[in-house]
Amino acid sequence: MARGFSPGQPRRGGLARAGRIARRSLLIGSVAVAGGVAFGAWRYTRPLPDPFADDAETVALTPYVVIDAEGITLIAPRADKGQGSRWVQAALIAEELDIDPASARIEAGPVSPAYYNRALLAENLPFLPTDQGWLARNARAASDIPARLLGLQMTGGSSTVPDGFRKLREAGAVARETLKEAAALREGLDRTALGTEDGHVVLPDGRRIPYADLAVEAARIEPVTTIVLRDPAQWRHLGKPMQRGDIVAKSTGTQEFGIDLRLPDMLFATVRAAPEGGQARLIDDGAARAFPGVHSVTAISGGVAVLAQTTWHAFRAADALVLELTGPTDRPADSAAIWDALSRSFEERGHDSRNRNDGDVEAALAAGDGVIEAEYRVPFLAHAPMEPLNATVLVTDSACHIWAGTQIPDFVVTHAARLTGLPQTAIRLENPMIGGSFGRRLELDFILQAIEVAQSVPGRPVKMTWTREEDFAQSRPRPAQIARARGRVGETGIEALDLTIASPSVMSSWFGRVWMNPPGPDISIVAGAWDQPFAIPHFRVTGKRAPDLAPVSSWRSVGASSTGFYLGSFMDEMFESAGIDPFDGLLRACNDDVSRTVIDEARRLCDWRGRQPGPGRGRGVAFCLSFGVPCAEVVEVEDTPQGLRITEAWAVADIGTVLDPVNAEAQLSGGMLFGLGHAMNCQITYADHRPEQQNFYDHDGMRLPQCPRVTTRLLENGPVRGLGEPGLPPAAAALANAIRAATGQRVRQMPFADRIRFA
Amino acid sequence: MELRINGQTRRIEADPDMPLLWALRDVLGLTGTKYGCGAAACGACTVHLDGQAVLACQTLIGDVEGEITTIEGLGTPAAPHPVQAAWIEQQVAQCGYCQSGQIMAAAAILAQNPDPSDDEIDAAMQGNLCRCATYPRIRAAIRSAALRLGAG
Repeated sequence: MARGFSPGQPRRGGLARAGRIARRSLLIGSVAVAGGVAFGAWRYTRPLPDPFADDAETVALTPYVVIDAEGITLIAPRADKGQGSRWVQAALIAEELDIDPASARIEAGPVSPAYYNRALLAENLPFLPTDQGWLARNARAASDIPARLLGLQMTGGSSTVPDGFRKLREAGAVARETLKEAAALREGLDRTALGTEDGHVVLPDGRRIPYADLAVEAARIEPVTTIVLRDPAQWRHLGKPMQRGDIVAKSTGTQEFGIDLRLPDMLFATVRAAPEGGQARLIDDGAARAFPGVHSVTAISGGVAVLAQTTWHAFRAADALVLELTGPTDRPADSAAIWDALSRSFEERGHDSRNRNDGDVEAALAAGDGVIEAEYRVPFLAHAPMEPLNATVLVTDSACHIWAGTQIPDFVVTHAARLTGLPQTAIRLENPMIGGSFGRRLELDFILQAIEVAQSVPGRPVKMTWTREEDFAQSRPRPAQIARARGRVGETGIEALDLTIASPSVMSSWFGRVWMNPPGPDISIVAGAWDQPFAIPHFRVTGKRAPDLAPVSSWRSVGASSTGFYLGSFMDEMFESAGIDPFDGLLRACNDDVSRTVIDEARRLCDWRGRQPGPGRGRGVAFCLSFGVPCAEVVEVEDTPQGLRITEAWAVADIGTVLDPVNAEAQLSGGMLFGLGHAMNCQITYADHRPEQQNFYDHDGMRLPQCPRVTTRLLENGPVRGLGEPGLPPAAAALANAIRAATGQRVRQMPFADRIRFA
Repeated sequence: MELRINGQTRRIEADPDMPLLWALRDVLGLTGTKYGCGAAACGACTVHLDGQAVLACQTLIGDVEGEITTIEGLGTPAAPHPVQAAWIEQQVAQCGYCQSGQIMAAAAILAQNPDPSDDEIDAAMQGNLCRCATYPRIRAAIRSAALRLGAG
């Protein structure tokens, strides 16, 4: 229980408020619901009778488990974009609740600060992820406090598993023990004499009481919070091959995504908008309005919307709009100007961050020969999830109901309230299954547009869908960057390494759109570089912040998607110049046992015999620790008459505890292939402030014929981590290193297909 | 206008220039067929027309003569088609949005070629984009489905 508060003591005004804040903590409780019970987390502790409180707030319990006549419902508050988070959250609860997760309904639940994400902030602290010292541990624990105060119910940073690993199992265990207590009271037995099995309390005489029969009684008693979590050796579901709950629906066309929603009397809409920060001017909508099936044309902030009787009618009419869309005057208009600006930021004095500065890099690189230098470039990349961005909204005088897949439900609610002038309590948000995101649904643009469109037809629901072309036009890409590296290597390994990365700031650009621009350095520019577990005598990583060049955002694995390429490539260049085998070099540099085991396992898994396994073939290895997960990848390429082909790829990662092995394998493989495909084939270039790429025919990632054979291995030696992103960062460097081994050509700029002919 | 869809005759009032994709999704409520690009660049809208895989976003309803099969008509959760059963067994889907189109493309190739080579699978499936890159399991599921269909 919280400190500094004694129940029943008269309190008033400020004192009462102080008492409540001190008690603001995540406690597990229960409440009665119609015909049953809900177990979950209180935002504030439960209200004790307090007749003197003059500003009593509604005290809400946000549930993780609901048991009623309908059965058992498990609440999975982190958004599922395809990474399987909904299922793993349900499995964590179900394991302790003693039910088969497949027997329960799984829902996303309401937007509530009680679902705040602790792990996300913990990963953004300036401590090495491998640092388990007291200062780092305490800082991570303290990050719980701002996360809770912000109430960030965010999905991102591969944080669902580390955030929920303990608290979701605790929620299940509290529910289980409270149900047992209800049965014990009914039967006049001691709770410790009872067991549970498959949704039933089991009595000593073998009788079984379904949980649903105990729900009403369980709601009336004090929840049992003295619980002991099960030893993982006893797990029935976690850690074993499970069938993800959405697999059947997604294999039979019966999974409903946000874009599939149909409501009575619904209108269909689409939008054409100016580049972010620019202006839209409608010159002529006569032709658009003249099409049959068009309901109306309406102006929204920075754009124009067409409402119609089907999505196709809206798309066709929007093509006929005559618009003038202009970009912001304070940003460079095209790619040449953007690269110039990035290049110039190296000349700026000062830096954005320098979290790593071991030894004396300047002195080590000052003297004479043997200094290696290289420059790398990565382009902007679009998220382009397969499900085009869409949102359905119904606005009335008193409420705004939103159906939209989002990673940031809290921000959606606050922005919707501001836009509609309604109180936040009048905003209802449903977060349906999401057909891919890769970070795009950390943005609000498409949802706010849909709200404005719906405001033009109060009382009627409107589904707003972007064309794929609009999705590319409204890219919120990964930033383009330039990195410069210098280093010196001796016979025994890397002696000095100096990496400087120039980038526009994702945090400034994104936070500026969704909230407010935070002060301080942007750690995401150097994430995946400064924090690597390498003991290099002279090692410095510097972030240079370029000005705002385009509306950049978090793209799967964020900063590490690029830094993994620079460091993984440059270390390989250094090893090669000194005649050091890259595995030997990596193992020699690495000072973290968990990471060393990952690297060693990758060498064993691919049966490494050097860079050149045969004529016309080359292999490359790269390592990156991101989101707390050390990951090593090996790529093999072969020069064929049709061009260079990736034939094999191996990935090894350590996520501490593998909860959902079938899906974890898919995430590791998918992350690596996402990294390979974009490194080979993709870029977003700008002309007149707009991306030049328009559809999947000029930015697709990877297609099946380019996909290599993939072998993965998951290790369990480190802390519990998530795997949505860490498979990506080493991929591009492993490929570049393999290309060098096979062809002698070193590619330092993406997309590699600009320089390499791939099969 | 009448269309034969999944064994039923469906009457719809619609512009003959409307792509089949939108007639299925927005007029008939058959939302298992997905919009991904509208430009023949992703395959998410793949359906069968008399057993051949076609892109519903490029097929105008006024031009349709024949029997249309969508993902809903291929099989159901209770009685999945062998290709769908293989997709379930291999747990192919991640976000799952492209998988209706992947499954329809795979079912069409296997109906014509019960034992495709790796190169034939590559050629038949290259029009179907999966941004999650589930390709290793797509390949495994196609091989598994070929065995199921051969055994049946």
